[in-house]
Amino acid sequence: MDGVVQLQKQLVDYTASLFHEGFLDEQFNQLQQLQDESNPDFVVEVVSLFFEDSERLLNELGKTLEQKTVDFKKVDAHVHQLKGSSSSIGAQRVQKLCIAFRNCCEELNTEGCLKCLQQVKHEYSLVKNKLETLFKLEQQTIAAGGSIPTL
Amino acid sequence: MVSEMESGHIEEMDIEVLPSMWPDDVGTDAGKQFNVEKPKGDQDMLEEVTIIDDATIVDFKRLLELTNYTETGSSQLAYLVKHWEYKQANAVRLLREELDILSKQREEVELKKLEILEEHRFEEERYGGDKRPISILDEVYDLWQDVPRRKNDVIVQNKRVEIDAEYDTVVYWKQRAMHLEKLLEASTQREQILIEKLQESIKDLERQSSPVEELSQILKRADNFLHFVLQNAPVVIGHQTIGINYMGMDVTDQVRKRERMAKLREEIAVQKAKETELNKTIHITEETMRAKQMLATMSHEIRSPLSGVVSMAEILSTTKVDQEQRQLLDCMLSSGDLVLQLINDILDLSKVESGVMKLEATKFRPRQVVKHVLQTAAASLQKILTLEGHVADDVPVEVIGDVLRIRQILTNLISNAIKFTHEGKVGVNLYVVPDPSSVKGEGCHQKLTADESTCSANGRKEEKCLSTSRTIGDWKGTHGQRHIEGPCQNHPSCDEPRTPHKSKVSVDGDNEEQPHSPETKVWIRCDVYDTGIGIPETALPTLFKKYMQVSADHARKYGGTGLGLAICKQLVELMGGHLTVSSQEHCGSTFTFVLPYKVSTASDHSDDPDELSDMADHNAATDEATERFFQFQPRTLGSLFSSNGSSRTNMGYTRSHKLNGFSDNSYSFPSNSVRSKETASVEEACSVVDDAETLCQPESSSSHSPDPANRDTVCRGKQCQDDTSSQFQNPIIDSTHHKETSREVAVVAKTREPQGTCQRQEKSDASSQCISSSSTEVPKSTLKPKILLVEDNKTIVMVTQSMMKLLGHSIDVVNNGVEAVCAVQHHNYDLILMDVCMPVMDGLQATRLIRSFEETGNWDAAVKAGIDQALLSLDSLQNGLGSTPSAMRRPIIAMTANALAESADECLANGMDSFVSKPVTLQKLKECLAKYLPS
Repeated sequence: MDGVVQLQKQLVDYTASLFHEGFLDEQFNQLQQLQDESNPDFVVEVVSLFFEDSERLLNELGKTLEQKTVDFKKVDAHVHQLKGSSSSIGAQRVQKLCIAFRNCCEELNTEGCLKCLQQVKHEYSLVKNKLETLFKLEQQTIAAGGSIPTL
Repeated sequence: MVSEMESGHIEEMDIEVLPSMWPDDVGTDAGKQFNVEKPKGDQDMLEEVTIIDDATIVDFKRLLELTNYTETGSSQLAYLVKHWEYKQANAVRLLREELDILSKQREEVELKKLEILEEHRFEEERYGGDKRPISILDEVYDLWQDVPRRKNDVIVQNKRVEIDAEYDTVVYWKQRAMHLEKLLEASTQREQILIEKLQESIKDLERQSSPVEELSQILKRADNFLHFVLQNAPVVIGHQTIGINYMGMDVTDQVRKRERMAKLREEIAVQKAKETELNKTIHITEETMRAKQMLATMSHEIRSPLSGVVSMAEILSTTKVDQEQRQLLDCMLSSGDLVLQLINDILDLSKVESGVMKLEATKFRPRQVVKHVLQTAAASLQKILTLEGHVADDVPVEVIGDVLRIRQILTNLISNAIKFTHEGKVGVNLYVVPDPSSVKGEGCHQKLTADESTCSANGRKEEKCLSTSRTIGDWKGTHGQRHIEGPCQNHPSCDEPRTPHKSKVSVDGDNEEQPHSPETKVWIRCDVYDTGIGIPETALPTLFKKYMQVSADHARKYGGTGLGLAICKQLVELMGGHLTVSSQEHCGSTFTFVLPYKVSTASDHSDDPDELSDMADHNAATDEATERFFQFQPRTLGSLFSSNGSSRTNMGYTRSHKLNGFSDNSYSFPSNSVRSKETASVEEACSVVDDAETLCQPESSSSHSPDPANRDTVCRGKQCQDDTSSQFQNPIIDSTHHKETSREVAVVAKTREPQGTCQRQEKSDASSQCISSSSTEVPKSTLKPKILLVEDNKTIVMVTQSMMKLLGHSIDVVNNGVEAVCAVQHHNYDLILMDVCMPVMDGLQATRLIRSFEETGNWDAAVKAGIDQALLSLDSLQNGLGSTPSAMRRPIIAMTANALAESADECLANGMDSFVSKPVTLQKLKECLAKYLPS
């Protein structure tokens, strides 16, 4: 049982650190609120969807920005999408970068866009890792027979 | 003179030359050398002597020695003398030599001087010969030259006397005498001539006494070309004026130049002034723009939280609260609404001013617009006023324009009219005018309104009023004015001889003018008249200015921002029309705007009155399309007047063509208490219900709300309306209604409180729902509200979906605007959550299309926008809800990621009701649902 408590504590700390470091915001809490017995894996599902979606978008963005003449409209649309997704799961840092990204886009600044894309990719992989770790912790907790502590 | 000069020179030479040849220190040096050497030798010798003397002092010896010394001394002396002489001689020789040299030099110098003088003299002579100064006048002015010339002429005479005879002989003398005589004769003759000449001269002189004048005269002739300066100056010598100098200068060029210079200088000054002025203006403009931008941003920032506050308050008001709390809540709501309105105004204004405002061209039915606006106004009316609308027959059924903005203008003007009208009526006249320039001629309606405005009072000011004047005084006023109501109400029926069925012979002056010209553009004039307090003449010029109200007094009394009319004017002008006002203080005002509309060619034939009468019964939609008179009489009066036997419908209105043979007059009279059910024809009921549903609901719902489900069906299919219409449309017939209404009014009268009226003027939809939910009469809670989510982002869809699930709703999801339009056409949604930024078709356009459908009853706009006809499946549409053009307005909530002023503003401008900023949270959704869904 000690192990479970340990795990739970770890989970709480880890989640708190994610919020503290700004990877996640309130919106993630919203997601967690939506999760209940009838929908036990909701957060994981949504976040997976987000990963899927984001990876697709990031790929698209990379391709679009590689073109000789960049279709900024397309870029903007993609970034808008990414921004919407990230904001709705609470991936705050990605969302904020998306805002800067869109500004670059408005200025038709290819360099800036590429730089932003790099940053977004970086942030995205960071948040992805963090969330995956979080989910792993959750799974471990559950596997150990404990419940996920509510924040 | 020359010798003198020479001697002077010599003296000068001596002085000058000596020092140069004879170095300064030569003389003294020589002397020194000479003088020094001598004593030196002496001294040395004496020293020697003394030394020797000291050494050997013997008397003999000494004497001997002394003599020796004297000998050597004397010989030495002799030598010295010789030496001196020699030196002297030498000096003399040198001096002499010097002197020689000096004299030689002097000679040379003299020679040179002579030469120079000679040369100089020569030059002087040459100068004189070459350039003797000659007065320009000598050459130019020969004014006096003719006189001496004449003299010369005269003087030519032979003086010589030749005498041949011998001297001192008789003959000689004789001859001489004769000769002299001749001479005398000649002399006298000459004298004569001279005198003559003199006189002539004098005459001449007199004639040309003032050469200045003459000159001036000459110059005057050339006046146009020459600018001439004439100056005269007397020449005075020794106190005697010996002449006058006349000097003329052609200064034409100078003058021209000076003039040009002055002009240039002037221009430059003007330019500079302009520049500074311009700079100032630019500066001010920039400042203003910044301020405006700031204002707009701030306004938006304020609006978002404020709408939260207001909606919360609304929700709160639906819960159980006691009397006092309700009062507070009402106050809160109306204040909140007022602030929201103000902010919306500011946003609108800044949008128009910054040129961002874009106009939509959608097809709409002017009659519907007028009716809806009046209905809306009637629903929130808190005064005992009659609202009426006349639409001339020549107004096309459908026109194309920006219906949202036109509605806004109309709503603005009407609410303004209501605000400043305490008794009587407020009405709208809509008719076609031939040409924007000849608008003035349309006196017909004008006159009507003037007649109607029996008395009233009301100034008006630009102000979109929420008619939230919830003061007790107002209520008192209403009660006090009861009796006036009677006559006022009569008006619509009395002076509407054209309302009765079909009498195309109507007074309508416009009818003859343009039976709707074939051209695609039609100018429709809209008069909004009232019998209010009127506008003082002094206030007219500033009426349309921003933040201007008729007076501070009015502002205090009626509130408002003073933006409403400014916005109206700007909008009207933006659409290419113009807004004018005519008013008489204490009698009422008429605001008129004339706007050009394109006529949609598809249905413009239906405005033919004869055609109409034929097909009047066929189709409810057609009737709607051709309604020409609407009237909304004061609510709550039914019960108030019931004692007098003058009860009336909540919302009376007449339709000219439908009621064959039935006189409208009778049923719009206040006295027609026993209004038969038949009069309230099917169509009538429909039209009241269909979109008045939301509008008239608040009132009826608070007392007794008809089954909303039933209502819904009413909206959709209006064929089977009879019972429903009679049920809730006419409280007099329905006894329960009557009772309820009267009870409510009684309460109102007793407590003198705004009560149910101001609770929900704006969001009639939501508030009515809220009320019904709180009331014991259970509305259609059994039916699950249908909610549509339009969103392309899967993550957001998922999140929103599960949030909705948590809130107990299942929702339909579509991914873009086109799909949304199709979905709306197939299902009747109670709420639409619409993402703004979507591929294929964005949320704004989809909303516009849906609104256009609601407004016009057809999907033409959607088709025009490129949505596939097949997708739309127009047939099914026509059979279903498509036939109710004025179907209820679906609440559309924008889901927007950029909560910036622009996008939120855009949402509202495009017909969305509200917006939820992303990311969507449970709380936000809950609020939204509470506000817009029938629970």
